[in-house]
Order: sequence, then structure tokens, then C-alpha cells
Amino acid sequence: MSIFPFGIRAALPTKPRDFLVLAFLVLCLVFFLMPVYVMVVTGLKEATSVSLSSMWNLPTRLSGGGFMEAFQRLRPNMGNSLLIAVPATVLSACWGSVNGYLFAKWKFRGSNILFALLVFGMFIPYQSILIPLIQFLEMLKLYGTIPGLIVVHVIYGLPIVSLIFRNYFANIPDEMVEAARIDGAGLVRIFTNVMLPLSLPAFVVVAIFQFTNIWNDFLFGVIILPNPQSQPVTVALNNLSGSFSVDWNVVMAGAITAALPTALVYIFLGRFFIRGLLAGSVKG
Amino acid sequence: MKSPTARSTNANAPERVVENRLPWTREKLPRQRRFSNRTLSPIILSPAMILIVIFVYVFIAITVWVSLSNWGTLKIDMSIRQPLGATYGQMFMMPRWHANLRNVFIFTALFLTFSLAFGLLLALLLDRKLIGYTIFRNVFLFPYALSFIVTGIAWRWIFNPETGINILIDTFGLNKLIQAFGGPPLHPGWTTDPTVLFSLNSWLGALFPPIKSMSIQLGIPVALIPVVIAAAWQLTGFAMSMYIAGLATVPQELREAARIDGANEFQVYTKVVIPQLHPVTVSTAIILGHVSLKIFDLIFAMTGVGPGFATDVPGIFVFEQTFKATRYNLGAAASVVMLLLVCLIIVPYLWRNLRKR
Repeated sequence: MSIFPFGIRAALPTKPRDFLVLAFLVLCLVFFLMPVYVMVVTGLKEATSVSLSSMWNLPTRLSGGGFMEAFQRLRPNMGNSLLIAVPATVLSACWGSVNGYLFAKWKFRGSNILFALLVFGMFIPYQSILIPLIQFLEMLKLYGTIPGLIVVHVIYGLPIVSLIFRNYFANIPDEMVEAARIDGAGLVRIFTNVMLPLSLPAFVVVAIFQFTNIWNDFLFGVIILPNPQSQPVTVALNNLSGSFSVDWNVVMAGAITAALPTALVYIFLGRFFIRGLLAGSVKG
Repeated sequence: MKSPTARSTNANAPERVVENRLPWTREKLPRQRRFSNRTLSPIILSPAMILIVIFVYVFIAITVWVSLSNWGTLKIDMSIRQPLGATYGQMFMMPRWHANLRNVFIFTALFLTFSLAFGLLLALLLDRKLIGYTIFRNVFLFPYALSFIVTGIAWRWIFNPETGINILIDTFGLNKLIQAFGGPPLHPGWTTDPTVLFSLNSWLGALFPPIKSMSIQLGIPVALIPVVIAAAWQLTGFAMSMYIAGLATVPQELREAARIDGANEFQVYTKVVIPQLHPVTVSTAIILGHVSLKIFDLIFAMTGVGPGFATDVPGIFVFEQTFKATRYNLGAAASVVMLLLVCLIIVPYLWRNLRKR
């Protein structure tokens, strides 16, 4: 994983050209942080001082702004999102690690075709499976329930998770598998005693990647959970922003609240996040 | 492809194997022979594969069936509609669907151009590894961690014609400047503006007469531009990361060789480094391209269908026809077209990437 440089020693600008580059990068930085600034500043204002003409101004006095109300409204949905994302992430990571291991180390006739069939599943527009999906979930009495949404996230997460694990295990030399076989270990033992102890980094990458994806999902949440009480936070946030009775400071504070878990994951575990990103791009 | 990390795990390997040897050499040897390892692999994979076959392939087949059926109301009716494919015919006559296709192609083209160009530019500028490298990189990638809903809400506020960007235009005196030259003050309606720029209807109509009678303008809808900016804000960091990873694989010796041959720093990049990044561009374009063909949440949260369907896309069309209007066959037909568009770019990509192994 040396491909993405971390902890490199940065150079001080020496030539005039370097200063130009830095100036441009700072300009980009301002552009990239602008929406964050707008969200924070608006979220911190009182409802009475949110006006169209003073959007860019800092809040005039310190207070909780819209955060109290936003948090009150979104708290149950934050809980739902957590209740959906954590089990779905754990289940799909465990299951995907097994699939990835088999596709990488125990190929059989036709396994590459099966793998292609599996990976294709991560690219389809989910709109094209929603109607039968709802009917199927209704048949199983899972429609409208949080376990139903968990099942959906686990199944549609399998392709990407298996892919990441397969790429990871493919980089572990075959000699290790051979050595373990000579010692009498079978397929299952090699997985539990040789591969699993080595695969912690892959688990971290997958967990972060899946958690972010599932937390940020909107389409499955809005379709499978019509009941507002059980909806994930992205759906609740969208409803909040669409209702005319809610002030903009509350909506912005709500957007920050909903984004906070994945933002924190990114800030503290960014390097794993980037690895997941690159690992998910179907490369050998 | 052996990376340095792979080699280091290899070096540690014998120790680990010795450590873990005892548990399986002592007991349980005979019991494992019930299935040979070769047959065990497909058996363990089968539950996942069966589920994928059902949830992806069977479900797609059912959706195709629905798109050909008479199921256009709440009451389920899976009988085939006559003549075959009538729903598709009906859809391709709808001006709204024309607008959808125009929007998704224009959106994809603009969004890909912006995010690839800026992603490459940022990666190349960061490649100089100047002070602040880590901060810049992390901030540029940060939006990728957010939900499209959050992005849509933030940018909707910024592009609100009564505030946001338009206040900045006034504050920085841009309008005074324009008025000084006798122009009307700039007050773009952004997401509320139904105009379509660079309309090609009359020009294309000369070549293909049917286009003259089309009710939509073939051009760039103004309301779509803020959406492109928001999407590029979110995903330029992804393109940048792909390029940074790609740049790290261009050997330093190659650059040195070019310098020794008399290339200046600019030529080293344009003649040596950037051509080496071609495969990265292809992968990134395909990944971002399929995201943008499927785009739904961002537009749903930011503008909805927009004025005169100026920001409507197939993703929203499917959602509204299926779950709001309960015209299941029409929604299914639109989703099948979405799927075909995605297949057009994904299938060759998967074919090329997976066959190599």
C-alpha cells in the first residue's frame, strides 16, 4: 500500500512558480471549504437572524443556533442509521472475506465467470431491481422493517466487499497456502489460521468503506422504509429540508449532524478510507 | 504484480506457519477428507452466488417483464402489453423523457470533464509535494465522505438566486463593472432558470428534419450547471486520489531520463508523465461515468425535476413514475434503459479487467 504517500516530507516553496502553485491550491482550498463554511455559519445562527442577505456573515452572537432543534428531530433517525449500518457492515465484511478468499486462492472451473457475475452487481442502477425487491421483501414480511434494509445492504454490498477481499488475498503469496497444505491444513483451516490473522487491514478498509456507503445511502432507505419512525438519517434530513415550516438554520445544522459520523471516520481513519476507495476500482 | 508489501509478508511467512502448525497437525486430520478442497470452494460460495443471481439477475429479468406488461396502475397485471414494447414506444414519445436523456448526457459530459481535468490538475500540483500537501489533499477528498443529500442541501442554499453566489457577485462589484460597460446587472436564476444554452435544434434540424418538431431544446440547461458544480465538488477528490495513486507508479527514473534528454519540467509532465496516466483516466472516467448515469440523490435533494424538467434525469423519472404515479411498467422501462446505458460502459470495462487475470 505504498502507492498512496503518507507522512512525506513536504518541501518549502523556493521558486516563484512554487508560490503560484501554492496560491492556486489555497484558492481551491477556499472553494472546497465554502459549503462547509456556509453550513456551519448558517447552522450556528438563530432562526431570527438567518436572512437571505446576510448569508455569508458570521453569526453575531454565540448560541446553539439550529443544532438543538436539528438534533432533537434527527436523533431517532441517527439511531436507525447506526442500527442499519453497523450490523450490515459487519455481516457483509465477514461474508465477503470468505468469498474473496475462495475467489483468490481456491479457483475452480468457471470461478472467474462467477466472479465477473458477482462484480457486475455493484454497478447496476438499483432502480432496475426495486419493484421485484419490494415484492420479494413483502413476501418474506421484511418490507418496511430495519432488518429488511439490513438484508438488502448486505446482499448488494457483497460484490464490492468480495472484490476488495479478493484483491487483498491475491497479494498474499500462494506459497503460504501451499506450506499450510503440506502441513495438512484444509481450505477452512487455511482461512481461519493463516488468512484471517493477516487480513485485519482489509477488514478495516472494508468496514470503513461499507459503513460510509450504507450511512450515506438514500434510495434503498426511502423505498424500503416508508414509515418515518424507522427511516435512516439521510431520508429524514431530506424530509426536513423539504418541509417549509423548518428554518434554514435547522436544516443546515441537520446536514452537519447527519454528515458527522462519516466525516469523523474520514478525519480519523482517512488513510484506510483512501485505500478502500482505490481498492474498489476493479484493479488486479 | 508484486508490491514491496507483498514481499515483506512473504519474508515473515515461515514464522507464522510454524506458530500455527500445532493445532491442525495433531487432531482432526481424518475428518476433513469428507469433501475435497476443490469441491468445497464452490459449495461455500454457492449461498452468496444464489442470492446474487436472484437479487441481481432474476430481479432484472422481472423488471424487464414488468416493463413489457400491462401493469400501469396499483393493481398488479403481469400480462404482456400488445404490441410488444408499447410502453417503450410511449416513453420515447414523451417530451419529458427527451429532456431526461438530454440532461443525463449533458450532465455526464460536463461532470466528467470538470472532475477529471481538475482532479488531474490538483494531483499534478500536489505532486510537487510543497508545504501543506497533506492538508490540501485531505480537504480536497473530504466531500467524498459526505452523502449526496448533504451536498445537495448545502449547494441548494448556495445557488439560491436570492442569496448565496448572487450576493458574492454584488459584493465583489462584478455587477458595477458590468453596468459601467453598459450591460444589464447579472442576476442569474441558477437552479430556477429554465433557459437552455447553445441550443442546436435549428442546426440539427437542417440535417434531421424530425428534430425541428421536438418540443425540447437540445443544449445545456442553465439549471443543470449548479448541479454539475456540486457533483464535481463532491467527486473531484476521487479523481485526484486515483491520479495521485497513478503518479506514484510512474518511475522516477523515467522522469530523470527525460530530464537528462533535455526535457524541461513542463515537457516531463506533458510528454512523459501524463501519457503514462492514460489507464487511470480510463478507469476513473468509467467509475465516475457510471455514477453520473445513475445520478439520483444529489438532484433529488438539490433541485428536483427543475423548471421545465431542466434538471430531471432518468433516476428521478423512474422514482416518480414507479412510486408516486404507480405507473410500474413505465418506471420499469425507464430503469431498463438506465441499466443498458450503464452496461454500455461497464461490461467492456469488466471484460477487459477480469479477462487479464
